[in-house]
Amino acid sequence: MNSTKVLDAKGMACPMPIVKTKKAMKELETGDILEIHATDKGAKGDLKAWAKSGGHELLKSDEDNDILKFWIQKG
Amino acid sequence: MSETKKTNIILFSGDYDKAMAAYIIANGAAAYDHEVTIFHTFWGLNALRKDGHVAVKKNFIEKMFGRMMPRGADKMGLSKMNYAGFGPKMIKDVMKKHNAMPLPDLINMAQEQEVNLVACTMTMDLLGLQKEELLDNIEYAGVAAYLGEAEDGNVNLFI
Repeated sequence: MNSTKVLDAKGMACPMPIVKTKKAMKELETGDILEIHATDKGAKGDLKAWAKSGGHELLKSDEDNDILKFWIQKG
Repeated sequence: MSETKKTNIILFSGDYDKAMAAYIIANGAAAYDHEVTIFHTFWGLNALRKDGHVAVKKNFIEKMFGRMMPRGADKMGLSKMNYAGFGPKMIKDVMKKHNAMPLPDLINMAQEQEVNLVACTMTMDLLGLQKEELLDNIEYAGVAAYLGEAEDGNVNLFI
């Protein structure tokens, strides 16, 4: 997937992954894709809910050696 | 996106853990693009106290209150398992291990995210706290200001 930007949120605990995602998303244009890497187990539910509430689309999520990866398209 | 939603939190408690919960929710709500306000009243005001001694004129009782209450967020105790101050030390160690943000950092982050921090002036008088003793860039208000925000708030919490 063509990510416009990659956000490294590994090692961060709640609420930081969401706070950082929001900041990163602000700098992107509609249609851009933000790729997020996180280790916080709550990130899965958090990012899903956050994307839905903000009108963004969670395109894909993946798990790779305890690293959770997400691709969110800005709405 | 629809119009801006509002989150209002009343922080009444002066415990480190409860204040932490309030500030985590506030930071999360700010990331949700909510307009966020935390109203600090009674013991919750201590979260806004500067950590150093501030020279202000006080009467005897106010001085006693000032001395007995925690001077700033980092000096607050836990609501459970405080163990005369040993509890907070333990939990701060555990938090470091899990990369959880300490309360003073959460407060800074909230200010960075433009969360409105409000101090209730009536309870400031009761506890003998003066503006000079509280953080800069906060607002001062009473119950009507809270209700004004709360009546069209989407999330309202009392902690």
